[in-house]
Parts: sequence; C-alpha cells; structure tokens
Amino acid sequence: MSLRRPGGPGRTESTTGLVLVSHSALLAAGVVELAAQMAPDVVLRPAGGTDDARLGTSFDVVERAVAAELDAGCDGVVILADIGSARMTAESVVEALEDSRVVLAGGAFVEGAVAAAVAAQTGGSVRDVVAAAAAATRQVQDELDPEQPRGVTGSDASNDRAAVPTASGAVSRRVRVTNPQGLHARPAATLAQLAASFDAEVTIDGVDAGSLLSLMGLGLTQGLEVTLAATGPEAHEAIDAVAHTFESGFGEL
Amino acid sequence: MSAATLDVAWARRFVTLATETVVEHRVELSELDREIGDGDHGENLARGFTAVAAAVDGSSAETVGGVLKLVATTLMSTVGGAAGPLYGTAFLRAAKVSDAPEIDAEGVHTLLDAGLEGIVARGKANVGDKTMVDAWTPAVAAAQSSAASGASPAEVLRAAADAAQQGAVDTDPLVALKGRASYLGERSVGHRDPGAASSALLLDAAARAAQA
Repeated sequence: MSLRRPGGPGRTESTTGLVLVSHSALLAAGVVELAAQMAPDVVLRPAGGTDDARLGTSFDVVERAVAAELDAGCDGVVILADIGSARMTAESVVEALEDSRVVLAGGAFVEGAVAAAVAAQTGGSVRDVVAAAAAATRQVQDELDPEQPRGVTGSDASNDRAAVPTASGAVSRRVRVTNPQGLHARPAATLAQLAASFDAEVTIDGVDAGSLLSLMGLGLTQGLEVTLAATGPEAHEAIDAVAHTFESGFGEL
Repeated sequence: MSAATLDVAWARRFVTLATETVVEHRVELSELDREIGDGDHGENLARGFTAVAAAVDGSSAETVGGVLKLVATTLMSTVGGAAGPLYGTAFLRAAKVSDAPEIDAEGVHTLLDAGLEGIVARGKANVGDKTMVDAWTPAVAAAQSSAASGASPAEVLRAAADAAQQGAVDTDPLVALKGRASYLGERSVGHRDPGAASSALLLDAAARAAQA
C-alpha cells in the first residue's frame, strides 16, 4: 500500500492511520476492505481475533498493529473498535502506550470507520478523523429518530443562477455535477468542511452538506443536477462558495 | 498461624492456586457464560491462567507487584474475551500499589481497592449491573472493615473472598446491564454472572494462598 501525503510535502495535511479492532478477524478485515475502497492511500490495519486465530481480542495484536502504522510513517493512529473486549482491549493499549499520537475513537464500527478513513484520506489529523467517526455515528442515531427525517428533497428549486430567497428566509440554487468522477470521497470531504465553515445550515438535495456520509450517500455522478439550500446569517456566502466548488468540478477539471 | 505480612511467595502461591481453580471450574464457568454470554469465559480464563503460571514460573519477580504485573500483561494478551482487559487492568492497578517485598493487612485492602477501581475504569459498570463489580464491591468493603478491625492479611483476604462469593450469588436475580448479557435484558434473570463467579474463585485462591 502506498503512503501518500494527500497535499504533497508542502502542505500541512496529516498522515493518519487507522487500526480496526474486532473479536472477529474476518470482521476487522472486512471493514478494512470497505474503508480502503474510499481511502486507497490511508494505512489501514485490521487487528481482529486473538494471537492463535480465535474469536476475541489481544493486547499484543492491537499493539503490534499500532506500532506498524507508526513505523510506516503515520503521524498519528486512530483505533476503532466494535463491542465488548475489543473496545476495552483497545483502551488498555492506548493507556499503556501513553502516546498522544494514538487515540481510540468512539462510535459505530462500520460507519465510523468509513467516515474516519475518508477523513484520513483527505489529510485529516487524528482529531479530524475522530470527529468524522463521531459525526457518522450521530447520523446513524438520527436515522433512528422519526422526528428528524433525513434525505427529504426540497423541490421548490429555481434554475436561476442567483440565490433565491424563499419564504422561510432560506436561499437555494440549482447546480450540476461537472467533473467526470462525480462527488467521490475527496471532494465530498472538502465540500463537507466548506459547508461547515459558514454560519449557515446548508443542504444538498435535502441532506446536511456538513455530513460527509450524507453527501456520499447521495451518489452524485457527472451531469446530475442538485438543489443547494441554506439558511442562517451566512446563507448567501455559503451557497456561493458551495456552488462555486460544484461549478469548478471540485478542482478536478 | 497468621503472618502479619504477605510476600512474593504468597503472590506465587496465588498464581498456582488461581490457575488450578479456573482450570478445575472452566466447564462450569463456560456454562454460566453460555446461558447469558458467548460461552467462552471458562476456557478463556483457563488458557489465560495457564499462560500466567508459565510466565510467573519463568520470571525472577521479587515483589508482589512484580508478580501481579506479569499476571496482568499475560491475561491481556491471552484471554481473548472481556475478562482479559478487565482482569488485566485490575491486576495492573493492584500491581502499582503493591510493588513492595511485603504487604500488610491495610495493604491487602488497598490492593483489592485498586483492582476494583481498574475494573470499573475499564468496564464502566455500576453496582447492580450484574458484572464482576458486584463481586468485587462487597469484597473490598469486607476487606476494609476487616483490616480496620486489626485482622491479619489472611483474614482480610478470607473476608473479601466470602463477600465476593455472596456477591456472585446475589447477581442471580439481576438484569444484566453491561456486556453481551445486556442484549438478553430480562432473560438474564436467574443466571449467575460468570465474571462475578470467576472473581469469587480468584479471591478464594488469594485467601487460600495466604493460609498456606
């Protein structure tokens, strides 16, 4: 696996590796496989099962995976764990290492790992990667809450180039996906960060533009048209900035 | 005959007796675990302590804490299940407060208290959640009052072991709120928590080692 610094040597992006801990070696390896698909340059290591290939977790297995990632040149390592002893063993390793570069993330194992891997792929620091796992987990929780339906598309869009104020004080605009690869992991992460940087609630086809997994879930491919909407003090600025990244093909044209 | 202090020979005897008892009770512990967990607690502990016995046998540890630290690190890497990090952390915390050639009755209480603190820190369980905390909490309380009354280290450990056994029995009617058993909810009622049961066995081994 190649280890690429996403922004090149002159940039400040971090190289954060992930260790996936589960009772099941198969499960840990499967999550690595899934996450690697969206984060081909991130160092991902499974640490599932015991030393003698049983179901369970081992301090040594987790510790070796963390050490291997640091040896591979990672600036930091985020550990994700599933249930029971996986989490407790990972905690024990973090406690024993006393190394601020090594952190255990909370949250859902699969969703958290995918979001964390994408955040790492885009140069996220240990903190960014842990935050991505947490955000993905909150999204899972939101899906359980019937009071907050997600993915509902606002259909009152206008085709005008300018942002259109609506009755509720929101602004919206239609934009098209222009780059050949569509909204894949890297631009989705950039977009999510951009949307979150404004004092505004920004949605794309009704989903939270600040949520990486929501954006990925839209499956936006080249040529599709979407509705951007924003409310809040910086709604106009946010819409302009987000629309601009769409129009510029996320810097890939 | 009750010595005023316990030394590294006690810690080594404890390891021998603990290994014997978990190997002897492994089927029973796994059966308890099969009722409300993943059914491997006895086998996991037997494997772990067999590795511990070998490690302690081959070590030149000269303090109680030195032996307990080896117990901790070996369990963490060989048990596999939740008992690995839980007992591992308990023994590690206990080792930190017992790195001396000899410990007295109050030292025994301090050691057990540190162990309980480790289990709580790692497992985040409360009293009544139907976990090993329900064996250790009364054990530490009994050790405290026993030590305060001027008992010998062996008597303190006996009081702790008896309280742990009662604590384990008292988990029978509880609803599990932590670990794999918590997924069973009400169906966990009527079964003894395997971690509380093995905790009682280990504390009994510690008490017997002090009588020798």
